Amino acid sequence: MRVRRMFIRWLVVLGVLHGIVVCAGFFAPYDPVEQDRKSPYLPPMRLHLVDAQGHLHFRPFVYSLKLREGSFDQYEEDATEPHRVTFFESGARYRLLGFLPCRMHFFGAENARIYLLGTDAYGRDQFSRFLFGGQVSLLAGLLGAGITLLIGLCIGAVAGYYGGWRDSLLMRLAELFLALPWLYLLFALRAFLPLAVSPLEAFFLIIAVIGTVGWARPARLVRGVVLSAKERDFVRAARGFGASNGYLLRRHILPETCSVLLTQAAILIPQYVLAEMTLSFLGLGVPEPAPSWGNLLSSLQQYSVLVSYWWMYLPALFMVPFFLGYLGLASSLQGREEAYKIERSSLGSLM
Amino acid sequence: MKNNKAHFLCARMLLGPLLSLVALLGHPTLVFPQQRSAKEELLVLPGEVGRSGGRLVMSLRGEPKTLNPLIAADARSREVIGVMQADLVHINRATQLTEPSLAKSWKVSPNGLEYTLVLRQGIKFSDGQPLDADDVLFTFRVYLDEKVHATQHDFLIVGGKPISVRKLDAYTLVFQLAKPYGAGERLFDGFYILPRHLLEKQYQEGKFDQAGTLATAASAWAGLGPFRLKEYVAGQRLVLERNPYYWKTDLKGNRLPYLDDLVYLFVQNADAQVLKFQSGETDVISQIGAENFTVLSRQQYGYNMTDAGPGLEYYFLFFNLSEAGEKTPAEMLRKQKWFREVKFRQAVSAAVDREAIVRLVYQGRGAPLWGLVAPGNRRWGNEKLAHPARSLERARTLLKEAGFSWNNGPNGESRLLDAEGKPVEFSILTSSSNANYPKMAALVQDDLRQLGMRVQVVPLEFRSLLDRVLQTKEFDACLLGLVSFDADPTADTNVWLSSGGSHLWNPSQAHPATAWEAEIDRLMEQQLAAPSYEQRKKLYDRLQEILAEEQPMIFLASPDILVGAKNVVGNFHPAVLEPYVLWNVEQLYLKNGAENATR
Repeated sequence: MRVRRMFIRWLVVLGVLHGIVVCAGFFAPYDPVEQDRKSPYLPPMRLHLVDAQGHLHFRPFVYSLKLREGSFDQYEEDATEPHRVTFFESGARYRLLGFLPCRMHFFGAENARIYLLGTDAYGRDQFSRFLFGGQVSLLAGLLGAGITLLIGLCIGAVAGYYGGWRDSLLMRLAELFLALPWLYLLFALRAFLPLAVSPLEAFFLIIAVIGTVGWARPARLVRGVVLSAKERDFVRAARGFGASNGYLLRRHILPETCSVLLTQAAILIPQYVLAEMTLSFLGLGVPEPAPSWGNLLSSLQQYSVLVSYWWMYLPALFMVPFFLGYLGLASSLQGREEAYKIERSSLGSLM
Repeated sequence: MKNNKAHFLCARMLLGPLLSLVALLGHPTLVFPQQRSAKEELLVLPGEVGRSGGRLVMSLRGEPKTLNPLIAADARSREVIGVMQADLVHINRATQLTEPSLAKSWKVSPNGLEYTLVLRQGIKFSDGQPLDADDVLFTFRVYLDEKVHATQHDFLIVGGKPISVRKLDAYTLVFQLAKPYGAGERLFDGFYILPRHLLEKQYQEGKFDQAGTLATAASAWAGLGPFRLKEYVAGQRLVLERNPYYWKTDLKGNRLPYLDDLVYLFVQNADAQVLKFQSGETDVISQIGAENFTVLSRQQYGYNMTDAGPGLEYYFLFFNLSEAGEKTPAEMLRKQKWFREVKFRQAVSAAVDREAIVRLVYQGRGAPLWGLVAPGNRRWGNEKLAHPARSLERARTLLKEAGFSWNNGPNGESRLLDAEGKPVEFSILTSSSNANYPKMAALVQDDLRQLGMRVQVVPLEFRSLLDRVLQTKEFDACLLGLVSFDADPTADTNVWLSSGGSHLWNPSQAHPATAWEAEIDRLMEQQLAAPSYEQRKKLYDRLQEILAEEQPMIFLASPDILVGAKNVVGNFHPAVLEPYVLWNVEQLYLKNGAENATR
């Protein structure tokens, strides 16, 4: 019972986080590619309740930042005019859930721009980029994991159920896939593709690549489950009554793999989000200016950014709850299903 | 290899109009050679007298490929070779004027076809062997030998004929040109004199290109520069030691150079170079980006950062205007229809926010650019050239006049359509070698998005980028930078002549493809032969106007030369010409030489 409560709690947490990312257009105050060229590397703005004269305000406000004299990247607050935070403002055009044209944004600031997570080298709002980037990265993770599990399920089921030479062949293939150095293959693959790919093409390419690469591990798990399931008494009985292979798989055996697949999904999704980030970080992912979590972090490759602009790390910090959510979900799922050993794979590795 | 050569050539050369001027004014910083002994004619350099000893350490962006000046095509090799070799006449990187080097004096015949150079007497190569006219004869024979494929070979072809060299006596040489050459003695800069006693045998055996590899033993290699080979550790460092026979002294008569050793560490990555400098492992740093410059300037512990001002680097965007071959895909032909439309290029130029590039990419340490002459070059820029502010309005008008129109895309954004109603989409290639390129391209991409153009930025490794631009010509547009090695316009001849290998938008044409390119060719050749600076300037001004009108290259910005050195480095006077910090390496010294030597 306790495990079930935990499961639901994690599910709610993830639901809320994903809901925010799905409605990025609404929660983000600005267009993620819009450049505010007067404000490169602007630090996060502070929300105030008390103004420079000591008056208390009931609605939070921000002071706009201006460049310090003779400096390029040092800003100071201009305390002459407080800009109140406004809600449900009309602003940049976007499409809610991908199809509803909309202009309303959750928040903004009066007569000023508000940058809660600061800006990047081009003066783009990091907060908006984080939310929109999440759409790319999380969707890549979800779809990629979906493809992996589908392939893993098919191959694992065939290998486990039919056995014999099919089993040997498929499992040797799986071992081969586990042994390949994927990152280098990805580099090679990228070299064969046309030079300029649009963000959408790049996105589907990434999903296809990370989705097809990781099937070996779930396939082996599924095979194990199928092997044991097909020897169960009720399966033998059904076979005795003349059930066909397809019926047995569909009706009795594959449902047994369900919990393994769910746990695998909870492990694979964050792993694949990280894979997308790795690819984008290395410049193989979604091309600029489209945001993705990997793109957001890739500016940290530069030493000067690393030591000068601490807020460029913030997106990494904000990603933590997402990963935590998935890990919590996976462990509560594991708690629910002690019967099957779940092969854990470390999050740090690419695939 | 060929690409490399082209790149090198375009940027390299140096012929100037300054002969007459030098003759009239004398040389501001030059002290003419004084007779030290009857035998040895040394060159006395003005400037602060330093102290001897110590080693100077600096980073080199990767290993040099060769020590052989004739086959060196990459910047790293040239940098190292520059301190190991010497030329007959040298361009002073600080004054940008020529000064005597191995040749103590020279004379030009009235018709401008004959140069008589007199060598310094009694000077020796770094292995102690004497230099005489035979070495020079040998050197130019090798440079002119087509089988050697010297990277500088083409610059010895003047008026369609190779320069001929003959010896009058052991120290006097005559160079014969087929056509007058406005800049004369600037030609000799960079033609390093080779040691005949070491190389002649190899040359005669046809193995010259195998000479001077990094594996060469220190005793088997010699030059006339301030330093000579000491040790090479593959993948780690190259150590050069003081040339005890060097032919320059300071004002007190001490033989230069001051430093005992010069150490190059091979550090591939720009950020790693910064870290090494910051931690004190290296003594000087050059060619760093503005962001790293800011980081280093913030805490200057024991070192000092210098903004030497705008250099001769220029960054630009250009479109693929090359001739359509039979294999050109239809899509490329369609795109080239836009690119060939001058109003399209003018519109792009009008839409580019150059000020933002300077501010965001160079943190204000640079200058916006509207013409080919970088602001670091003060003598050759056309002051009348307009510097129009960014105007999307004007860009839209120009596009409309050229038959383009707009509609609304699926997300409500405005899309630019060509006369056939197809959306305008193309990609910009740029080098991934340097973080500034993609950044600049991202700004241009956003500028053009506001015109309704959909632009993809494709960062590519530099070598494969050059291959696409110069060889296969499979690209739409490209954002690139060039650096002139000399302030004189002839330095970039190869870029502007339509037949030039680095005529980037349409390289190596058999005949000029357009009337304005033919006009540029004519102006370039005329200014090359014109006798006075004023005449050359006038022709060059006209050339700049044509380029500003036709916009085959959309000039963007020119960054400052940013360098740094430890406070203990004396005589550190960075120049805006390459090599920015080591141009006066023979005069650099360490104020606490002894301490450093034992480090």
